[in-house]
Amino acid sequence: MTAYLAQGVGNPALNIGIFAGFVVLTLAVVIYVGRSNKTASDYYAAGRSFTGPQNGIAIAGDYLSAASFLGIAGAIAVNGYDGFLYSIGFLVAWLVALLLVAELLRNTGKFTMGDVLSFRMRQRPVRAAAATSTLVVSFFYLLAQMAGAGALIALLLNIPNSNTLGQGLVIAAVGAIMITYVLIGGMKGTTWVQIIKAGLLLVGAAVLTVFVLGRFGFNFSDILGQAVTNSPKTGEAILGPGLQYGADTASKIDFISLALALVLGTAGLPHILMRFYTVPNAKEARRSVVWAIWLIGIFYLFTLVLGYGAAALVGPERIRNAPGSTNSAAPLLAFELGGELLLGIIAAIAFATILAVVAGLTITSAASFAHDVYANVIKKGEAAPDEEVKVARRTAIVIGVVAIGAGILARNQNIAFLVALAFAVAASANLPTILYSLFWRRFNTMGALFSIYGGLISCVLLIIFSPAVSGRPTSMVKDADFALFPLANPGLVSIPLSFLLGIVGTYVGSREKFNGEKFAEMEVRSLTGAGSEKAISH
Amino acid sequence: MTAMDRYSTREGTVYEQVQASAEFVELRRRLRGFVFPMSAAFLVWYLAYVLLATFAPAFMATKVTGNITWGLIIGLLQFVSTFVITTLYVGYANNRLDPVAERLRLEIEGNEK
Repeated sequence: MTAYLAQGVGNPALNIGIFAGFVVLTLAVVIYVGRSNKTASDYYAAGRSFTGPQNGIAIAGDYLSAASFLGIAGAIAVNGYDGFLYSIGFLVAWLVALLLVAELLRNTGKFTMGDVLSFRMRQRPVRAAAATSTLVVSFFYLLAQMAGAGALIALLLNIPNSNTLGQGLVIAAVGAIMITYVLIGGMKGTTWVQIIKAGLLLVGAAVLTVFVLGRFGFNFSDILGQAVTNSPKTGEAILGPGLQYGADTASKIDFISLALALVLGTAGLPHILMRFYTVPNAKEARRSVVWAIWLIGIFYLFTLVLGYGAAALVGPERIRNAPGSTNSAAPLLAFELGGELLLGIIAAIAFATILAVVAGLTITSAASFAHDVYANVIKKGEAAPDEEVKVARRTAIVIGVVAIGAGILARNQNIAFLVALAFAVAASANLPTILYSLFWRRFNTMGALFSIYGGLISCVLLIIFSPAVSGRPTSMVKDADFALFPLANPGLVSIPLSFLLGIVGTYVGSREKFNGEKFAEMEVRSLTGAGSEKAISH
Repeated sequence: MTAMDRYSTREGTVYEQVQASAEFVELRRRLRGFVFPMSAAFLVWYLAYVLLATFAPAFMATKVTGNITWGLIIGLLQFVSTFVITTLYVGYANNRLDPVAERLRLEIEGNEK
């Protein structure tokens, strides 16, 4: 590792310089658009004034996190085909959002996931549950992003993992910038940061992809051939599945569990759901998903080329031994192709990615706390909107500080794995409840509480007792073994369980009087958009 | 007959009346008739792919042309099917859902004022 560092992976000053350029540009935009933040609807939902394509790009920005860019490219470079499997799950998942969730949610809700889940239920318990699961999912996701920030710092600024103080300071600086975005810009500012970042990321990845293909005469088969030659340990195995997940039956089932969590998790991610409120109506929500699907799909095709390209041009051994390990595949490839300058650009983009995603997560969590917990649970729906936004801003600061602390602690965790856990919790706690409340007439308060808390608790418990947390050399806790559950990803158990608990809870709570009026309002609203929240113009 | 006349003479809220109307029932049938089977189809297709990758790795690693394997082709077909389903849904929603939804929305919102 030190030998490689000595060769230099770019110029830290240049990396910081390009990144600082991004921060200055985005801060200027955030301050500019933040001036028009007057109402709660401005702060949480950007006045619902973004167009479908704008929001689609912002969704791509929110979704293509460090895990997608650095994690998947790295996984393909080292584990070959198994890394590609991740991206397929991440993409196909968008069909759930497109067909079953996005438009109906936009028509029914106001600011948060809790608005939809509690629409025809008893407000306080369901909102509290929705906010709890929002905060847990966002926390796992935040952890992943901050861990990614640590890995990137290690690589780009030449601050090794052993230098906790140095890395901690950089993570704190990242957190402080992010808090500034959220405080000043609200949803509007955060959305523009996402749009700028998504544009840079897509263009950066496209340029790298063309460079890689150009090196091989635009023949993808030749890239694969060179990747095989360059991977002496694994050889042709990188061209087929099984390298990472094919060792034994347990790891195969683990993979199926992961695949399920990926495909069902996206439409339950609160920070993605909240994006649908930033457009004026359901039709624009649909357009935004369509844009997001195309952009995300094309991006994953790029990462396929970049991953195998990194194996072919950099080699899995060098990637594994670099600071930042597999996460460094894309930056190393950039260095190989375009030297310090291209590395600096790609590194700054990766850093911007983390910054933007963390900002998106923070505003979602803050909105959920202020709107669901403070305004509706504590103040019973009688908080003044100004007061609510004030609480949201304060919550954003608290979450930012927590994220900084957690980021420092989570520095050495695997990014893709942490994100997969966030997806598992989202798929278990949120998606069943969302689908039931949109499509199942009899679903009631008890059913919602059973599926949210049941999915959430079973998922978190299974994670705690999984080999991901203890008992393996790769676990978080290395010197203890309380891994009673054999799978690293709990989705295979906790997702069906949550669907089942939703049904059980509905029957347990069947004494609750059926609210035909509210159900009619929700169903008609969700399908027609009548009475839905309208855009405001300034 | 205006929307006002249609709804004000009946029982229940506007939403309940619309919910019971033939037009709304048809809208719901159209939406569910498309999204439920389509969701089942893409989930089955995705699971089939995951199971193939898990339990038939040798087949997936078989080369078709050059270094391009079946696994790569089937994986890329997942991208293609996602893009195709997206496009089909947009066409269906624009032609078969939006006009009905828009008509109902205007009726209800006109009625509320």
